[in-house]
Amino acid sequence: MEIAMAFVIGGLYAAAIYMMLRRSIVKLVIGLVLLSNAANLLIFTAAGLTRGAPPLVNVGDVLPPGPSADPLAQALILTAIVIGFGVLAFAVVLIHRAYEVVGADDMDKMKDTDT
Amino acid sequence: MLYAILSTFVLAAFSPWVHRLAGRYSGWVLALLPAALFVYFASFLPAINAGETVVIVTPWMPGLDIQLSFLVDGLSLLFALLISGIGFFIISYAGRYLEGDRDLGRFYVVMLSFMGSMLGLVLADNLIAMFVFWELTSVTSYLLIGYRNEDPKARKAALQGLIVTVGGGLALLAGIVMLAIAGGSYELSEILNSGDAVREHALYLPMLILILLGAFTKSAQVPFHFWLPNAMAAPTPVSAYLHSATMVKAGIYLLARLNPSLGGTEVWFTVLALFGAVTMFLGVFLSFRSTGIKSVLAYSTIMALGTLTMLIGIGTETALLAAMTFLLAHSLYKGALFLIAGILDHEAGVKDFLQTGGLRGALPITSALAMLSALSLAGVVPMLGFVAKEAMLESVLEAPGLVPVLTLLAMASAILGVAVAAIVGIRPWFGPRVETPKRPHEAPPALIAGPMVMAGLGLVFGLGPGLADGGILAAAARAVNGGVPVETYLSLWHGLNWPLAISALALVTGLLLYSRWDRARERLAWVDIAARFGPERGYDRLMDGIVRISEWQTRLLQSGYLRYYIMFIVLATAVMVGVTAQIFDVSAGPLRLQDLRFYELAILAVMGASALFAVLSQSRLGAVAALGAFGFTVALTYVMFSAADVGITQILVETLTVILLVLVLFRLPGFLGLSPRLIKLRDAAVAMAGGGMVMLLLLSTHNAREFPSIAWYFIEEAVPAGQGRNVVNVILVDFRALDTLGEIFVLALAAVGVYAMIRFRAEDRK
Amino acid sequence: MNMHSLILRTAGHFLLPLLLLFSLFLLFRGHNEPGGGFIAGLVAGAAFVLYLFSMDIAAARKVLWIDPRSLMGGGMTLAVLSGVPGIFRGQAFFTAQWWELAVPGLGKMKLSTVLLFDIGVYLVVIGAVLTIMLTLAEAED
Repeated sequence: MEIAMAFVIGGLYAAAIYMMLRRSIVKLVIGLVLLSNAANLLIFTAAGLTRGAPPLVNVGDVLPPGPSADPLAQALILTAIVIGFGVLAFAVVLIHRAYEVVGADDMDKMKDTDT
Repeated sequence: MLYAILSTFVLAAFSPWVHRLAGRYSGWVLALLPAALFVYFASFLPAINAGETVVIVTPWMPGLDIQLSFLVDGLSLLFALLISGIGFFIISYAGRYLEGDRDLGRFYVVMLSFMGSMLGLVLADNLIAMFVFWELTSVTSYLLIGYRNEDPKARKAALQGLIVTVGGGLALLAGIVMLAIAGGSYELSEILNSGDAVREHALYLPMLILILLGAFTKSAQVPFHFWLPNAMAAPTPVSAYLHSATMVKAGIYLLARLNPSLGGTEVWFTVLALFGAVTMFLGVFLSFRSTGIKSVLAYSTIMALGTLTMLIGIGTETALLAAMTFLLAHSLYKGALFLIAGILDHEAGVKDFLQTGGLRGALPITSALAMLSALSLAGVVPMLGFVAKEAMLESVLEAPGLVPVLTLLAMASAILGVAVAAIVGIRPWFGPRVETPKRPHEAPPALIAGPMVMAGLGLVFGLGPGLADGGILAAAARAVNGGVPVETYLSLWHGLNWPLAISALALVTGLLLYSRWDRARERLAWVDIAARFGPERGYDRLMDGIVRISEWQTRLLQSGYLRYYIMFIVLATAVMVGVTAQIFDVSAGPLRLQDLRFYELAILAVMGASALFAVLSQSRLGAVAALGAFGFTVALTYVMFSAADVGITQILVETLTVILLVLVLFRLPGFLGLSPRLIKLRDAAVAMAGGGMVMLLLLSTHNAREFPSIAWYFIEEAVPAGQGRNVVNVILVDFRALDTLGEIFVLALAAVGVYAMIRFRAEDRK
Repeated sequence: MNMHSLILRTAGHFLLPLLLLFSLFLLFRGHNEPGGGFIAGLVAGAAFVLYLFSMDIAAARKVLWIDPRSLMGGGMTLAVLSGVPGIFRGQAFFTAQWWELAVPGLGKMKLSTVLLFDIGVYLVVIGAVLTIMLTLAEAED
């Protein structure tokens, strides 16, 4: 299954990079969303995929029944998702603000804003 | 000892307040510290003269076995006495000289810090500590040279001095690390005892070259001499200090200090003697053809530095004692002469010898002191300069090699030296009175005290060389000689010998040369043309080149187009990962397709399709809807593979993301078809490269598990240590709580950022 | 921003308290079952956003009664403070501390710095989500 995931994630990265290379700022935002999801999936898959064995311990037990999925990667991704939302909001508002100042949707016209 | 050095920095920090409180007497008040330090250092004299070496160790980070250690022997004590003694006069002088200057407070801060750094440099036993102080002197002298920071010339000179000396410092750092490896210790006191091990070490030659680079840049040896005359842009007291006892002498100190370890080899002798002799001659030659008061003095300093380097290179007992004597003599007369140059500027407003003449009547004491110092510079009986020069000529004649070359250069320098001394000692004072910009009058005590003491000492030590010789100079020479006492001694009268004959010849020829000074300078006008191809030109070229390269690479990398930045990052990462994969022979491993399940594949297919739709969609609404669908398939994937918490989070965030995009994106214009087809293909290729790299990376990690996962630790400890059955949550709030704290902080920061951006815009509109 | 939909408004009225209750449930059981501060915070944040869309900004602010930025600040403070008790016991910052608390009528309750930290996370997440959403919604008007 990891192999199928690898192909999908590679495709997602390609899609995200392609969108971020576009000049339209809205496409940049879409690229960002795709990229953050792709990155989360990358970490998730790299830790190994396990079916039907969440890292939960039953009441009274000390260990989960049998092998369990990697909880560390899950904790990592969980916070990454929430932060990703915050960063996305920040980026979107920043872009919107830049659009208002420059008055153009074209990334190329934002070239001289930092000088 | 530590407190002695620290006290200068502490006083430096408070000096602006002292300045404000003490007003016009601030120079005298602050000069009390160097005076006290001088007395403190002088208290070491009996012990050092008795042949002792004092090592003072202060634990600094005892846990890491790092300590601050100081080494007091003849050499470091000689320097410490010069630094604090001359420092006393410089600071009291500066208080008067720069009186009323708006930045005088800042001047004191830097000057005292500089003094502290110099003291640290000469007293440090630990090589790293010495290096730190070495660099501190570079930095503080940069601030001193650039004191008149509104003057572009001063800024340029300061930067030049900084770049040359810090560049050399970099080489020095590498050199001393090698020295520590070869000597088996970072403590000078231990390295100095393992000279043979250092000299026979395989790293000896590279180490020597690097250390010499550091010493030569600092001490303005050819071809790095050009920064020193430019450093005259500093106020005169600074020049006096830099030239007489400090900064440029740091390189000499280093050479003398390391002589027991590095010296005594063929390379050491050849390089030092040749570079020193050439520097000596070039310095005095350039000095002879200058007319600016400070510039004549600055070039003659280069001569002195060359002489010292040469003497240390020769390395015989006579030469080492000569070097120490010359060091003392030069510090005394050069300090005095620079301060007198300051008096001429301050009291008569002249900066050039051509503007001067006949000032003897107006400044009787100053002129007498100038003549006395000039006698020492010329090496005339009965000054200390004479003793030093005789010893120098004697060592050159007895040098272990290169005698003809060195003798010739030394003779030529002696002749020109006399001529330069005549320019300094005769030109401003005798002859017809020349009108000066200011009405000349005698200098106040604060200005005259320094030259008086220094010139006086030059005379006293000259009349009785035993006074200095029996004391600190012999101890210093012994330290440079590796602890072995030198058998020779100084005296005013050595009998009729070759050095005396050369001196006499030099005196006559030099005075003759001085009488034709004006014509000689015209004849030497070609030097200006030659100087265009000199090392300073090389420095300028180098600087221009660096600027041009950085401009070129900035244009290349900082294009201002986001997509080129992304492209660079993606391609660079892809190439680096690809090369690494090649090197380490990472392979993707066999494709096992039987592991697949139909419904999982279906979800993945929907995921890919919705992402593709988001990319291709021509409308914003379509793209956002596709993103929503995509997000939910991602959430399903998490749930399928045992990540319930992550799945729930993903669903919730996805909902909020869609709302966010709806709120903002529709206030932006719709998609535009901006890029031509070819560009799209190019971008697609870059995207494929990036995506392909990630895919291969993932495939290879699937096969290569080189380390056991640390996940099991968390799983096993969750209930016993974390008292929670949801391992993911236990990690988040207990095991890795500090990480989580950082993460919620980032989240809060992003929210505040959003709030600020929108609120401030609203306020702008109002 | 008001969508003027009767169904949505009614739903908003009823759903907000239910969802908030659910979020508290998720928060407190999070240490043992799926849930926790992040998820609970997102649920509560989403509940308020739903209310915001079904009513209007003024109503949402009123029902929230506290500025979301203060929620963030309070949450951060609580999270940092939860690391402090460990220091007093001579342990590292953020070492978890557990206390057994006997509540009359309810039996024993476990109280811990870990729970405090999770509540801090919960508050920060609600605060951040609502700060972003309310600011954007207000900019819309």
